[in-house]
Amino acid sequence: MHELPVTESILRIVLRHAEEAKAGKVIGISLRIGEMTDVIDEWLKRYFDYLSKGTLAEGAKLRVERMPVIFRCEVCGETFPVKIREIKDVVCPACGGEKAIFVSGREFFIKEIEVI
Amino acid sequence: MSEVRLIEIKEEILVDNDKVAEKIRKQLWSRQVFMLNLMSSPGAGKTSLIIATLRSLNESMRAGVIEGDIDSMVDAEKVAREGIPAVQLRTGGACHLDAVMVELALREMDLSALDLIIIENVGNLVCPAEFDTGAMRKVMILSVPEGDDKPLKYPLMFTVCDVLVVNKTDYLKLSDFDMKTLKERVLKLNPQIKIFEVSCKTGEGMAAWTQWLRAEIETFKKMTEEEDHGRV
Repeated sequence: MHELPVTESILRIVLRHAEEAKAGKVIGISLRIGEMTDVIDEWLKRYFDYLSKGTLAEGAKLRVERMPVIFRCEVCGETFPVKIREIKDVVCPACGGEKAIFVSGREFFIKEIEVI
Repeated sequence: MSEVRLIEIKEEILVDNDKVAEKIRKQLWSRQVFMLNLMSSPGAGKTSLIIATLRSLNESMRAGVIEGDIDSMVDAEKVAREGIPAVQLRTGGACHLDAVMVELALREMDLSALDLIIIENVGNLVCPAEFDTGAMRKVMILSVPEGDDKPLKYPLMFTVCDVLVVNKTDYLKLSDFDMKTLKERVLKLNPQIKIFEVSCKTGEGMAAWTQWLRAEIETFKKMTEEEDHGRV
């Protein structure tokens, strides 16, 4: 639901870096976003295409690299990915332990851009 | 044809918002005002919790409220009737408050006359979780009628908050809400989170929650004063 301000922010950062690098055009943008984050890639792309019109980043390809949600088992120490929106409860695949804690999956950053 | 260059950026997407949020936190620190960001789905009891909390803190704390709503003044009017200074932010469609909006609201408040500001965020368990508002603590409410499965559906909100207030415990006997299951699910996502069970309606459990809040504010004040003292 908040993809519009998120996309505005992405465009601002991308344009700042492109201008600093004296780029003629931005052709690709790579984002790294954790599965825990509730943004919808399709809307990011649509808003981006709309907002970037007439800027250095018009037509740039937006790639979203989704990072898995990782939990760590408190019983055996195993770390494992969890499909957070599909499961009812987190269970360790190694030992069957039910005490696991959230480790990562909240990434929300711009990794790199490709410019010419 | 010019060559394709790869520029490494590694910058947080919400960097601008985060900078404003940091600025707000510094400003509030120097003015010795504690700010709390209260989030929940619509109808979980944010306004009720604010009113009940401020009634019980009344003697000792001077409090103000920032109300975030898509489009109405209902909550701000309710709070103002209690004699609590309130600023209404109408987001005009936006589903969350961000730091820039909070900064605008703070300009309308007399910080020298306040110890505590509570932000009542827009009712939504998704978007507000992503945006730092400059508050010192994030608190969420889950009400019993919403069900014990919400940590599975909105995991991010449960991972970012310092406190979970489970409200409407007076409904427990009418529902199949399982408090033990809820707590297990929440603590897996966020082992540090503090959980309070309350009923704003009956007042049950309110004392422990307000005691926590009072202690947080007092600790904050002490820390700001010590720093102030150190400077002199």
